[in-house]
Amino acid sequence: MNPAVLQIRQHLTRPEFELSIDIAVPARGITVLFGPSGCGKTSLLRCVAGLERGARGVVRMAGEAWQDDGARKFLPTWARSLGYVFQEASLFEHLDVRGNLEYGLRRAGNAATADSLRDIIDLLGIGTLLTRRADQLSGGERQRVAIARALATQPRLLLLDEPLASLDHSRRYEIMPWLERMRDTLSTPMLYVTHATDEVARLADHVVVLEQGKVKAAGPLADVFNAHDSPLLFGDETGAVLTGHIAERDERWHLCRAAFAGGSLWLRDVGLSPGSKVRLRVLARDVSLTTSKPQHTSIQNCLPCRVDALVADTHPSQALVRVACGQSLLLARITQRAVAELGLQAGSQVWAQVKSVALIE
Amino acid sequence: MTIDSPALQAILLTIELAGLTTVLLLILATPLAWWLAHTESRWRTVLGAVVALPLVLPPTVLGFYLLVALGPHGPLGQLTQAMGLGLLTFTFSGLLLGSLIYSLPFAVQPLQHAFEAIGTRPMEVAATLRARPLNAFLTVALPMARPGFITAAILTFAHTVGEFGVVLMIGGNIPGKTRVISTQIYGHVEAMEYAQAHWLAGGMVVFSFVVLTGLGLLNRRHRRVLM
Repeated sequence: MNPAVLQIRQHLTRPEFELSIDIAVPARGITVLFGPSGCGKTSLLRCVAGLERGARGVVRMAGEAWQDDGARKFLPTWARSLGYVFQEASLFEHLDVRGNLEYGLRRAGNAATADSLRDIIDLLGIGTLLTRRADQLSGGERQRVAIARALATQPRLLLLDEPLASLDHSRRYEIMPWLERMRDTLSTPMLYVTHATDEVARLADHVVVLEQGKVKAAGPLADVFNAHDSPLLFGDETGAVLTGHIAERDERWHLCRAAFAGGSLWLRDVGLSPGSKVRLRVLARDVSLTTSKPQHTSIQNCLPCRVDALVADTHPSQALVRVACGQSLLLARITQRAVAELGLQAGSQVWAQVKSVALIE
Repeated sequence: MTIDSPALQAILLTIELAGLTTVLLLILATPLAWWLAHTESRWRTVLGAVVALPLVLPPTVLGFYLLVALGPHGPLGQLTQAMGLGLLTFTFSGLLLGSLIYSLPFAVQPLQHAFEAIGTRPMEVAATLRARPLNAFLTVALPMARPGFITAAILTFAHTVGEFGVVLMIGGNIPGKTRVISTQIYGHVEAMEYAQAHWLAGGMVVFSFVVLTGLGLLNRRHRRVLM
């Protein structure tokens, strides 16, 4: 048995619904379970957590059997080293934020320490919320606390069930960078359920596409995207969101420079003072790629990047390219012909020309 | 007119009976209410109806069957005799047993509603945070159901204080042993002592009014888990 794998073979029968899954996904990075509502992604996540007592089959996390019907083994949820983030934050309302965080920590035994809790509190930026009660938090803050609470037990596997679905548009973009930060800092593998394509594009290392209780496609992000009948549809609004701060202002030209992890972008000066935190949205259609440093161009923002992944877009003429600029990711929507002419592939060094940057919030 | 000693005796006995009934019923009703709130068993409806029976039965019916069951030829009576406890009819213990049954729905139903309002999600969350079921129940379900417990306690206590039919049937009216406020009032009226009856009856009116007002205030604060 490959130890670095999460093996899931589950069969669950419900009235008018049947889940029948047999997959093995890498026990590292973010694996996104993707599909329309009602396809069984949440049920599958619940099966892995041991919350569906009717499910038959096997769940084996990196060699450790959590369920193995053949061996009459079924670990109850509380005995599985996992964290679970529910769609609604589900914080304990009779406890404050600290009480919520410590609930799992105290029960997890040696693995989790107060030190690691401090790291998690920093990682998710909830240090100032510790004495608040659940009903005094915004939707985004609740979800961050719920994620921190799940991580506090130092689980071997983190399960997230559409953690952004209950949030409005701007709140979603508030949480996303935290999730990216988790992916980049933590070694904890994550199973992430969503039906939103932008979350897949921004977070996934590995994708499992579900349809009507069955696996329709599974594999590394790029492979699944590149499949001829790629079930992933990208809208016009596909793009990346960067978080950073205002680094300087150019008052003569009414511009300001926003620095983010890995680079910086010039944008219209809206009067924010240097040091202000900002979130920037860069749409894929506003990013073009060149293989040499552009000169004599009207475009002010040119970032050195490395191609991270290439995926087919909805129209056969289009491609979506994910490029890494330092620790940040951008998406570029370009033609397939451009991909071929420039010889782009994962690892290529490119310059991303950013035509327009929007400041969100 | 001051409260004379038989009246005081009756008041103290009533408080003792209602207090003991409340404590015991909360302990007994908690698992029952939890089961009723979460089971998918087809016995749920049947058991729910049994629990609710004291709400609709005349107390004298309840008292009559308890009297028969606890009597020397009844199954419970033979059991208590075999255990060396003697007969419970016309004793405080018999009265307590009657009260437990009579007030059962007033403890079970608020708790059941509270547990239903909480749902299964918090218990699932607790399980994913390594809490064993009993521990999750004690640290999550119980604190979250607190308003339900307060309601159950107040209703049970108040309802037991107001009990008359069952007391008269199985407890008789023995001063210091089974004579509670309601039977004391009855005794005063029988003896044409209207002044004394007024004191106790008026007290009961005030007590009930205070309890219901308090519950109403509580209800406004915790609407979702109360009856």
